[in-house]
Amino acid sequence: MIQHWLKAAVLEVQEYVRLQGATMRAIVRGPYYWHDIIEQFDQIGLGSLTVVVLTGFFTGAVLALQSGFTLDQFGARPFVGRLVSASMIKELGPVLTGLMLAGRVGSGIAAELGSMVVTDQINALRALGTDPVRKLVVPRVMAGFLMAPVLTVVADTVGIIGGWLITTFQLRVSSGVYWTSVTEALYIEDVWMGLIKPFFLGYVIVTVGCYIGLRAKGGTQGVGRATTNAVVTASVAVIAVDFILTRVLFTLMY
Amino acid sequence: MDTLTQSPVQAAAAQGVEAPVLVLDKVSLAFDDKVVLREVSFTLLPGHTKIILGASGSGKSVMLKLIVGLLKPDGGSIYVNGERTDTMSERELMKVRADLGMVFQEGALFDSLTVAENVGYKLYEESDMSEDQVRQRVEEVLGFIGLHDFTDRMPSELSGGQRRRVAIARAMAFKPRILLYDEATTGLDPITATTVDEEIIKLRDIENVSSVLVTHQLRDAFYTATHEAVRDTGGIRVQAASDEKSDEAEFLMLRDGLICFEGNAAELRASKDPYLKTFLS
Repeated sequence: MIQHWLKAAVLEVQEYVRLQGATMRAIVRGPYYWHDIIEQFDQIGLGSLTVVVLTGFFTGAVLALQSGFTLDQFGARPFVGRLVSASMIKELGPVLTGLMLAGRVGSGIAAELGSMVVTDQINALRALGTDPVRKLVVPRVMAGFLMAPVLTVVADTVGIIGGWLITTFQLRVSSGVYWTSVTEALYIEDVWMGLIKPFFLGYVIVTVGCYIGLRAKGGTQGVGRATTNAVVTASVAVIAVDFILTRVLFTLMY
Repeated sequence: MDTLTQSPVQAAAAQGVEAPVLVLDKVSLAFDDKVVLREVSFTLLPGHTKIILGASGSGKSVMLKLIVGLLKPDGGSIYVNGERTDTMSERELMKVRADLGMVFQEGALFDSLTVAENVGYKLYEESDMSEDQVRQRVEEVLGFIGLHDFTDRMPSELSGGQRRRVAIARAMAFKPRILLYDEATTGLDPITATTVDEEIIKLRDIENVSSVLVTHQLRDAFYTATHEAVRDTGGIRVQAASDEKSDEAEFLMLRDGLICFEGNAAELRASKDPYLKTFLS
């Protein structure tokens, strides 16, 4: 039983790595389907903007609210800005953007590719002389890898603005104090950490979605299963990869 | 050359026979413990039709996937236009596929693209043709199958029969010399099915395309085998075929991964085999 499970797990990892190998070769060698690449940048990047902005805003706001009351106990209310900016930029911005992308992009990719598999469209692509990795996986991986950091910066910015609104209007701390506090606590290493993480998170979310989608089988039910699996796997992967990266970056940079 | 090392294609050429466009030589395939094909062999001559019959799950569709290279056989060899394809890499196969069109079960149209984009897909994406040339070819092909008013429709807006016809148009747009049809008429009403059959006949007789038809619809199989398309003053007409022409369509019956019958329409009808009789009744 355990042996069987282990074998299956190893096979999954092997296939996942193989897909990444094929993707890397396709990215390096070309030819590229530019039309699809641009479309994916639009769908993954622009398409996720609303959800990322809303998540970022409310996270920043609630962060200010919660930490404001806690800091009050120490008479440290003016330091709210430090907490908001440090948490948003280092941790919450990348992770929450990652989780939102896992839900929106990971599931969408798995569903789309999965239904293409079960309706023979992937085979049709191959029969028409197109490599599905080049046509479908490469554009999504490029878009996920490059757009996740951009979306994270947006989430960070909007989160800090959300924090500012709560700090000034609810906690009655002056704007000047908030903004000084926001920049004071930020070290360049924090900014780097917040910028490097989302590249990896975006890559993981998209490759997991593509892999699970392309391995879908068993009709529409299989597509449903693939979609759920993609969201669950990508979400857990976001948290796990975030932890590992944090550990590695701490060792390397601080 | 030593006959033992000759490929079936070279052997045919050496004997002065017309070289087959397609050869399956003792092809075997199994999925885990389930054997799908056991040493299946056949050849297809240019302009001829091979009709593969069999119950569901008898390995008919798998055979087409092997020919296109979507699956690899466990044993045996496959030749397309004289080139051995079962040992080729995916990259090398792309060149072979330029001469192979496949019509998938249910059509497998790309549902994010319009009818015209589906039909012209290969020409737009995988050829150097200009957009104008592609548009012209797409119109020509859609005209051939009688769907020129459907250019901008999405696949979801089409009926089952229309989807199959668009799938045929997509497979023929880049002028392949071999077309493979996977259950092209299954699930269609008899009238629509006949329209699809006639497209297949027209492509074979007017465009001289060699075809492999996989089906369990006997009516359509016999119709395709016993009719021919001719061009006359009024355009293209489909009529009952001469005996000679009918002989160019060969039936092949699969059962438990083996070929249990091979012959023309008349021989199939006259067969005394109990399994074939049940299938035909």
